[in-house]
Amino acid sequence: MNLELQDVDDLCTGAAFLGAGGGGDPHIGGLMVKQQLRAGRRIEIVDPDTLADDALVMPTAMMGAPTVLLEKIPSGEEPLRALRCVEEALGRRATATMPTEVGGINSTIPLYVGARLGLPVVDADGQGRAFPELQMETFAIEGVACTPMGIADEKGDYATICTDDPHRMEWIARGITIRCGGVAYFSNYPMSGAEVRRASVKHTLTLARRIGHIIRTARSRRQDPFEELEAFIATTSYGAARRIFSGKVVDLDRQTLEGFTRGAVTIAPDRGPGRPCVITFQNENLVARAGGDLLALVPDIITVLDVETAVPITNETLRYGQRVMVMAVRVPEIMRSPAALRQFGPAAFGLDEIYEPLAL
Amino acid sequence: MKIGVDVGGTNTDAVIVGPQGVAGWNKTPTTRDVTAGIVGAIRAAMTEAGIGPAAMDGVMIGTTQFTNAVIERRSLLPVGVLRLALPATSAVPPLTDWPEDLVAAVGRHVALVGGGYEFDGRPIAPLDEKAVAEAARGWAKAGLRTAAITSVFSPMNGAMEARAAEIVRKEVPDMAISLSSELGQFGLLPRENSTIINAALSDLAVRVVAAFRAALHDLGLDVPLFISQNDGTLMRVEDVERYPVLTFASGPTNSMRGAVHLAGIEDAMVVDIGGTTSDIGMLRKGFPRQSTHFVDVGGVKTNFRMPDVLAVGLGGGSVVREDGRRIGPDSVGFELTERALCFGGDTLTATDIAVAGGWAEVGDRALVSDLPAATIAAARAEMRRIVETNVERMKTEARDLPLLVVGGGAILVDWDVATASEVVRPPHSGVANAVGAAIAQVAGEVERVVAITEANRTAVLDEAKQEACGNAIRAGATAGSVEVIEVEQVPISYLPGNPSRLRVKAVGNLPI
Repeated sequence: MNLELQDVDDLCTGAAFLGAGGGGDPHIGGLMVKQQLRAGRRIEIVDPDTLADDALVMPTAMMGAPTVLLEKIPSGEEPLRALRCVEEALGRRATATMPTEVGGINSTIPLYVGARLGLPVVDADGQGRAFPELQMETFAIEGVACTPMGIADEKGDYATICTDDPHRMEWIARGITIRCGGVAYFSNYPMSGAEVRRASVKHTLTLARRIGHIIRTARSRRQDPFEELEAFIATTSYGAARRIFSGKVVDLDRQTLEGFTRGAVTIAPDRGPGRPCVITFQNENLVARAGGDLLALVPDIITVLDVETAVPITNETLRYGQRVMVMAVRVPEIMRSPAALRQFGPAAFGLDEIYEPLAL
Repeated sequence: MKIGVDVGGTNTDAVIVGPQGVAGWNKTPTTRDVTAGIVGAIRAAMTEAGIGPAAMDGVMIGTTQFTNAVIERRSLLPVGVLRLALPATSAVPPLTDWPEDLVAAVGRHVALVGGGYEFDGRPIAPLDEKAVAEAARGWAKAGLRTAAITSVFSPMNGAMEARAAEIVRKEVPDMAISLSSELGQFGLLPRENSTIINAALSDLAVRVVAAFRAALHDLGLDVPLFISQNDGTLMRVEDVERYPVLTFASGPTNSMRGAVHLAGIEDAMVVDIGGTTSDIGMLRKGFPRQSTHFVDVGGVKTNFRMPDVLAVGLGGGSVVREDGRRIGPDSVGFELTERALCFGGDTLTATDIAVAGGWAEVGDRALVSDLPAATIAAARAEMRRIVETNVERMKTEARDLPLLVVGGGAILVDWDVATASEVVRPPHSGVANAVGAAIAQVAGEVERVVAITEANRTAVLDEAKQEACGNAIRAGATAGSVEVIEVEQVPISYLPGNPSRLRVKAVGNLPI
């Protein structure tokens, strides 16, 4: 499938939905991709199930502060350079790229790389949503080697990181990113086609595009976007999505601690008294509670949408008084294994609750 | 006494406001040259008030001329666009995602050169002065008279933009230059967009200001002239010549601020009923709650915020159907006085319902005397339902607030609103816009990235507050009247040292 201009906007909206409040605004990434399409370049999305076993797939992404990205837009050479680093380290050329993270801006970087290098982009990723750190990947959980990792900035500086430990990789790359001016672009977890099939969350780019399409068109088709989203997501590997609360933002507590945006948003119910819903976040939304009840819990996706337009609202754009719908989406099975939950389940974020997959 | 003027697409309104409130007002059709309309409206308002030019202390004008010029793609100059950023940012060059017809109007005279800053203030690259000079010479050859200069992270440090402007001026002495750092706010692309549009308006800005000055001269008014800007505060007229883009969103703000003044209520919901739509918004401590979205002007994302208002299809000209059970969203608009039944026309409008029901006095009541009572009752209930539902939607707190009704269509309302504690239709509600301009304050703002810790929090905030107050005083506020009205702190994730984006705004009164 070739990606068209309109698909890019839909995909960005869907990526923001799957970003669970974080992941960075895909807007600038979307502009980069559209610029390539307008210049006549093509972006081919390929199904992971059709990849040759010996294909060499090199995921590409950005890391660092999305706020910095809003000022310091990339030159576009950075992710290409990062991918070249991995190719040089392995002595082989990539046959495809793919996202590490479908939620937020990182859904768009491999599309840009695919356009620039003429590489197909695999319809899959390693997070099925957005998570804050590089070791929080199904790739790592399923035993894919995390390096060699290439990391590059707009000045043409680059580094190759070699380590067996995904946590060490995260730690070292995070330090380099600061020196690069707060954002850097990388390629890691190089994989064979067989490994992609085994270790990734599949069909997530098309999932994002479909979600964005529903949000953009439901109202004009006189459909309820929330009902359509629930019905559609039920047919995917995620299997369940549900509206868990609606109301107005009445309190917002947001601060940076150890490099993360931590805080909580309180949403009062639409009518009458009733218990408010409190969503706690660390970049991404982690847990939604109302009174003593647990409404949804990481790794399930908790996403806040504008109640009128169903457009996703990220934690950086949350504001007092917004009228919102909160939706929760169960993550696919590969993200619910004991090993996966150790990597990005409640305990990985310091939460005591026991994860139970979202029920319908 | 102050004169407030609102130059709209259809009408030019003028009010005379003194210590006792509105002393006189007038509504005149906007004229093509604008000056005649302003002169006419102010003169009539002064006559009504029985007060001459000598008693006036200042004129405040709110205008949609610049917004309309961009929307209609007229009176725009081609612009030399300079971005100080290489090696960063080339993946999204300037004018990306602009509508083609607007690009055609401003041209594609784009130069990306070495420069810009990192978030921590280090340069990304030294400013490429040679490349700046070369770009300027190219523009001169192409006959350009205006340029827009934007550097990465310039809201934190405008030095490179200022140096680039110096170089451009050396090459092309009479170039009108817009700097993004003076238009504030983080976000390279929206800030750059605003700067380019600002540059494109530089000729029109000079002409509009000249028209305003000519109007004052014709009226024998030798007083300071201020223009309303986006946030509802005032800017000096000489600043408008340089930064016309700052007037873009002043309309809704003025009408809500005018409502506060006319009603004397600071925490309320507002419905501004026009000919076609009603804008519903919320006031907190006398100021409109701001939207989270940036203003889109003529298809381009700018970096300005405007009040969070919900536009619904209810206005004085809204067409009434189905025996009153359906109202709008279509409207006879500015043709109300030709097409509405009570003016001898053939279309049943919301205004006709109010006239037939006996709670509004415009047109000729006899022309609507045969409307069935059931139709009037049904339409009245429907208007009430539209306002009630949407006031509830826009309200962000559980308790009911007063609802202030303003705008030319305020006459539609004689009913209670279940979702409001009371309905207030203040006197002169039809010219709330011009009143909002007249009573506006001046503001000072500060925006920067700072590392905030428990230990330095108070000191950092105090310093920013003092600087914002200082800026308000420089903008013309009297020192004693300045107060901080907004402190916004948004943390930046994934960076060491807990940096935050800090924005502080202060406002104060003019000495008149």
